[in-house]
Amino acid sequence: MRYVESLNDALHTLMQEDETVLVLGQDIVDPYGGAFKVTKGLSTNFPGRVMATPISEAGITGFATGLAMNGFKPVLEIMFGDFISLCADQIINGASKYHWMYGEQFKVPLVIRTPMGGYAGFGPTHSQSLESLFLGVPGINIVAPSSYHNPGELLRAAILEMGLPTLFIENKVLYPEQLKTVDRTGRIGNFFFERINKSNKSCSTVSLKVEKEEKADITLISYGGVTLLAVEAALNLIIEEEIKVEILIPSIIKPIPIRDFLESVKESGRVVIVEEGVRTGGYGAEVASEISERVFDYLEKPIFRVGAKDFPIPSSKELERSFLPNQSDIESAIKGLL
Amino acid sequence: MLKESEIHNRSKLYRKILLIRKFEERLLELFKEGVLFGTTHTCIGQEASAVSVMEHLKDGDLVVSNHRCHGHYLARTNDSVGLLAEIMGKKEGPCQGRGGSQHLCKNGFYSNGVQGNIFPVAAGMAHAEKLKCTGNIVVVFIGDGTFGEGVLYETLNLVSLWNVPLLTIVENNRYAQSTSIKNNFAGSFSSRISGFNISFGEVESNDVEELSSRFFDIIESVRNGARPHVEVIHTYRLGPHSTTEYGRSLEEVEGWKKRDPLKMLEHRLMKNEVNEIRQLVKNELQNAEEKVKQF
Repeated sequence: MRYVESLNDALHTLMQEDETVLVLGQDIVDPYGGAFKVTKGLSTNFPGRVMATPISEAGITGFATGLAMNGFKPVLEIMFGDFISLCADQIINGASKYHWMYGEQFKVPLVIRTPMGGYAGFGPTHSQSLESLFLGVPGINIVAPSSYHNPGELLRAAILEMGLPTLFIENKVLYPEQLKTVDRTGRIGNFFFERINKSNKSCSTVSLKVEKEEKADITLISYGGVTLLAVEAALNLIIEEEIKVEILIPSIIKPIPIRDFLESVKESGRVVIVEEGVRTGGYGAEVASEISERVFDYLEKPIFRVGAKDFPIPSSKELERSFLPNQSDIESAIKGLL
Repeated sequence: MLKESEIHNRSKLYRKILLIRKFEERLLELFKEGVLFGTTHTCIGQEASAVSVMEHLKDGDLVVSNHRCHGHYLARTNDSVGLLAEIMGKKEGPCQGRGGSQHLCKNGFYSNGVQGNIFPVAAGMAHAEKLKCTGNIVVVFIGDGTFGEGVLYETLNLVSLWNVPLLTIVENNRYAQSTSIKNNFAGSFSSRISGFNISFGEVESNDVEELSSRFFDIIESVRNGARPHVEVIHTYRLGPHSTTEYGRSLEEVEGWKKRDPLKMLEHRLMKNEVNEIRQLVKNELQNAEEKVKQF
């Protein structure tokens, strides 16, 4: 099953099961079915519960928040993650606050789905990974499934279980990807697959390891679309250099499931964090300081971050490739710590 | 001759306006005494809109307000103890002291201090009532200053497009903090609203009885027609924006004092009635303050 199908199936099932689930967004009704087809078929199967909205990101974010505060479970699609800046006031001064600021009188089960990410030539305003801007906003969750997770199950958990406004970060490059399946030996490709859920029961972090029982040389933490590059880099390094990397892929970006990372970090003592967004003020910075505060004595080397350069993402294919993190950046970072 | 029920209603309206007025005057005193922490925005002089609208709401209707929300809150909930507790940061306040003066929430009442931020939220709540077929409406209070915010226009488009039962009350007190409407508002309220094909009305009044009969009809039409409506009340804030006054002319403020909604109603009541209500409100607020100080 492909990433996009998993999300689409989950929405169909949820709308069938729970009539308070509503779907809103731009261009989401059939026959178009959404810019990336995540909402395909929903308006046909559930007329009246799928609302095609004007191009008014702030307005519809507030509107969906009001629905969530008054008995419904709205799922709002923002067509490109870049446009989340237009929703920012509604999230920061509104949705994120209503549960706690009002003295916990009710929940706000709002899910905002949006695709982030580049590598597709969409240029400076349609390629960014802006979720780290929201790491410092109390009162929300950020979820970002990779193709090593079950995106549909995560979406289900966000809609039904989380109770706080949730930014559900999808990834353009991942939509057509087949979801990874574990074989009979417990492997995905060359890696042993394991779920770590010390921090969160329903949404576990994935661990990929070449040797199941042996300690890894490096712990690599990555999420979202760029995990594909991280896995390629790790594979190349075991083949070419016999460097054993344990890849940790969280599905929850905020709150950071830090306990899921610590065991591996204590074993390897070397950490690389790979994100698609800019390094400055990013996810890696936050995770690195969390790790340092907790297990500094186990670290053999400083934690290293790989991320996008501090520039707008260029449109040209060659330029984009050199400004966004690539496989050789990740390999160099790993080798630099050994 | 007025009917007995109308006389009764007049004293009820007076009690409500007086409660709001005295509550907020006391707040400003407490502020000066250094008892209050943070800031506060009073609606002194513009209480008539809050009181006249709430008269006609049903239990299930929702009310959404802004930074200047004490009058709306008191008119809707009558909860002077809760409001004072919340403003004084007590855990017994409806929001446990977390929200404070600008962020109140109780029994279907919500306010938020950022201009326009909660306007689309109010629209979503109203749409939810429509989907649930409750017949309830949402009333949202905004000010003239909110007309500078883009999300207002996004939301007006949504509520017209989707037939959302949202009643918007614009309290035009002619100042956005210290800036006169003359210096920040192009065009007119009516032309801005009519562009969205939303029914619109405006009135210059501080007369709570006049406004009350006006809102009886408006609220019924929003409820029965399941369509939005925007009503502008041109009024005036006699008190400061928050805790200090900025450069409005004394002449201007004095002129509006002649149209003080409290005084207008007072003249229509018997003296003994006025005195009786004053005593009631005084006792109520004293009790509230004593109670909150014990929290």
